[in-house]
Amino acid sequence: MEQLFFYIFALVAVVSAVLVVSVRNAVHSAFYLIICLLQVAALFILLRSPFLAAVQVFIYVGAVMVLFLFAVMVLDIGKEKTKEFIHSQWLPAVGVIIALFVMIGYMIKRGKLSASLGIYNEAALAKNTEVIGKTLFTQYIFPFEVVSLLLLVALIGAIVLVMKDKGRARKNNGAGS
Amino acid sequence: MMIPDISTVLEVVLIAVKVVVVTMILFGLPLPLTWLERKVAGHIQVRLGPWRVGPHGLLQPFADMIKLLMKEDIVPDRADKFLFTIAPLLAMVPAFAVFVAIPFGENIMLPVINKEVSLYIADMNVGILYILAISGLGIYGIILGGWASNSKYSLIGGLRSSAQMISYEISISFAAIGVVMLSNSLSLVEIVKSQGGSLLHWNFFYLPVGPVWCAIFIIGSLAEINRIPFDLPEDEGTLGAGFHTEYSGMKFALFMLAEYVAMVSVSVLTVILFFGGWNSPLPVPLPIPPIFWFVAKVVFFIYFFMWVRFTLPRYRYDQLMTIGWKILIPVSLVTILITGFMRI
Repeated sequence: MEQLFFYIFALVAVVSAVLVVSVRNAVHSAFYLIICLLQVAALFILLRSPFLAAVQVFIYVGAVMVLFLFAVMVLDIGKEKTKEFIHSQWLPAVGVIIALFVMIGYMIKRGKLSASLGIYNEAALAKNTEVIGKTLFTQYIFPFEVVSLLLLVALIGAIVLVMKDKGRARKNNGAGS
Repeated sequence: MMIPDISTVLEVVLIAVKVVVVTMILFGLPLPLTWLERKVAGHIQVRLGPWRVGPHGLLQPFADMIKLLMKEDIVPDRADKFLFTIAPLLAMVPAFAVFVAIPFGENIMLPVINKEVSLYIADMNVGILYILAISGLGIYGIILGGWASNSKYSLIGGLRSSAQMISYEISISFAAIGVVMLSNSLSLVEIVKSQGGSLLHWNFFYLPVGPVWCAIFIIGSLAEINRIPFDLPEDEGTLGAGFHTEYSGMKFALFMLAEYVAMVSVSVLTVILFFGGWNSPLPVPLPIPPIFWFVAKVVFFIYFFMWVRFTLPRYRYDQLMTIGWKILIPVSLVTILITGFMRI
């Protein structure tokens, strides 16, 4: 039963992921990306990680994709569509993809990439969030802090970029008047 | 092929029955709610409200339903057909899916099969996260519907709603975190249980932070479900009808349905998070079922949202952003700090 659901989610995820890069309309791409991310969230549930699934939907589907759409919607889709679709980079890209698939296939065949799923244990699952929180703030506190610092730097960077343009605009206005 | 034993089958059947019952109730709810909304509007504005169709206009929703079913289903000429058709569904499905995690009461015994039944479809240990995540998805119907209509009013309506949603989701999440800090659990059943006893155990009365969290949650939710005073995406004065300008007939009805179900879910959440869920406010000697208290509180909040709608004027767009970013988020940060100190 679980396997059946896995194949459904995986199939939809792969098909929609292919559609993301193959449809020409940017808004359609974003729509298929939403579907793909939702399937990944469903796979997280099958992997006994309800917290991760909820966060995946909350952050990726709920927030990041809204921002994506926000930017994509104001593009002039008509122009973007007619642009050259397949770039000159397709040959190296295909090479890299084939190499990746061969490597992943080899690893799976050798049993290096698989971990046993374990039995479904509701009591242990209920502690899921607690366990993640505790390990994040004890064992992995250093990487966690580094990541939050990186995010802070990115945030300041974004504000600086916006402010620079704003300052220039003000200066230009001042020169004009 | 393994044959599952009888209790497993019963379990599956029960879940299916619960899902069907909840969906049917939610599909039916907009009928009385549209009538109620017009009546409330009428009485607040010193009018009668619907009066002609049936006694006290009670059959008005049915007349509306027939009208919506008979209307021509128009797809604008240069609209994106696929997204235009799918957008109302994208708005509706998340609004319904939220109710999977919502508990309506304590477990009850079914008399005939003698089995204990829980009054929720699923008690997830990440319930509150699930609800925040899923209710946030409803926005795609609005954004994509607005874009696919190929009309400037719809597009601006969709853009406004996405900006509005990003701004207010942060403070709603903060309010949810506040409740989680007060109740020590992410599961909605546990959150309700932690507020048991009397009125004073409700999160709302956890002074001084309870009322602040409640206010942040209600203001943020009003913005999330696009109701006055934050209904900028469908601002009649400047945008026609906003994101659903180009929609007609049943597609329009689905948007309306999603909006009403979202309003119900926000009322339900307010009751669960801050007002003790199905716990009775005062110990009464009479055997009143918990579900009565739950429904009574939810009805009060539905009325409250309608009351707000016909009392307050609409904010300007820049005011909306100011309230979200410069008031609600700093207040939430400070309140988190205070809550943390109080819970140590």
